[in-house]
Amino acid sequence: MATLGELERTVMDMLWETGEAVTANMLRDKLAQSPEGPQAHKELAVTTVLTVLSRLEKKGLVDRERDTRPHRYQAVTSREDHTAELMHQVLGSAPDREAVLARFLGTVSDGEAATLRKLLGRN
Amino acid sequence: MIWASYALAALAIVLAWPAPILLSRARWPARSPFTAMILWQAIALAGGLSMIGAMLIWGLDPLSDTLPGGLRALSAIVFGNGPAGALGVWHVFALSAALLLGTHLVFTLLLTYARIRRQRRRHRDLLTLLSSPSPEAGGTVVINHPAPVAYCLPGGARSVTVLSDGLVDLLEPAELDAVLLHEQTHLTQRHHLLLWAFAAWRAALPWLPTSRLAQHAVNELIEMLADDEALKSVEKPTLIHAIAIVASGPPGATDPGQDGPAGADPGQYRAADGAAGDGAMAPSARVHRLLTPQPPLPHSGRTAVVAGSAALLALPTALLMIPGLFIW
Repeated sequence: MATLGELERTVMDMLWETGEAVTANMLRDKLAQSPEGPQAHKELAVTTVLTVLSRLEKKGLVDRERDTRPHRYQAVTSREDHTAELMHQVLGSAPDREAVLARFLGTVSDGEAATLRKLLGRN
Repeated sequence: MIWASYALAALAIVLAWPAPILLSRARWPARSPFTAMILWQAIALAGGLSMIGAMLIWGLDPLSDTLPGGLRALSAIVFGNGPAGALGVWHVFALSAALLLGTHLVFTLLLTYARIRRQRRRHRDLLTLLSSPSPEAGGTVVINHPAPVAYCLPGGARSVTVLSDGLVDLLEPAELDAVLLHEQTHLTQRHHLLLWAFAAWRAALPWLPTSRLAQHAVNELIEMLADDEALKSVEKPTLIHAIAIVASGPPGATDPGQDGPAGADPGQYRAADGAAGDGAMAPSARVHRLLTPQPPLPHSGRTAVVAGSAALLALPTALLMIPGLFIW
């Protein structure tokens, strides 16, 4: 049985792949057919899929269309946008960033990079 | 108590301005970063304590000769409708300022904590979706991005070290180990708690030289500590090489290979320099420190600094608590 974290990941991957709003039932069927884990996902109940979806909704990763029945779900934004958001937090100049996460190396200026390239050449 | 309040005010001024400037220019912290870290914490704590304490006991002076007595008399005035005739306008002003500053410091600390935690949670949520566990090391994930980055995201048992595959591609296994050891030191030594406290200190009093210098110094000192710890397990040239490679970025900074990720240009953040210099230690300074190592402070020197730090904390505490210390 896959953990919730892994399921969230699989569900998001499917939503990103599909690119359109789908119901929990459709997702469950897709999960059951998915090549990477027919065993892991075959027995999945729709309620489990709904739990995963509402967790993702709470995290602001999934939008729910409430005017249809059953509700349809889709990814808030693309995988690439999320990667960009992540990298912006890591590499951008947000205040408190160093307190949020500690990077191996701070922002490097051009001059600094040139100095170090020279040093690297000598090594 | 009036003399004690003047002494506290003098201490507050020394700790807010000349002391941090001198310490930030000193060279010995690079030799014994751990000892320097203790001193910075003492300066911040004693500074805050003496600032608030000076105003508090100056304001309480007409009421009593001791701090507890003064506080009792004050609560009788505030809550018991006692006669407040002894307090002048300036005394009330000083007491209000002490209360405001104390509340301000505590609230900023809590707000900063909440903000950091929210950002970390969001970051972790996204990581769950976008990264895959590293085959090489536990507690480490790899994220798909061409820029060579490594960082750690603290969070108790869920702390995680993140590497980009750009970095994994660039580094030899031993260099990767150096990076991982460096990052894991941040986590095991709980540097995020220090960064949180000093970020809050700066957010609360941004105009004070001490809060800016202290945050900068602490950012540098944790890098030194992490480098020193990594050097216990990897060769020095390996670590230096890793720093230099990460700093100089991928070989072709305009790598067209990736057609995907929006904003994946590894060079795009390079331009934001200077002002964006967020206090993290300049790589060349770090490499320089590794290339020309200075012996650590002698034992006596470190003992003196630690004793001085303790005295720094004891002084305002004694001025506040021991009545008549300054009656001569």
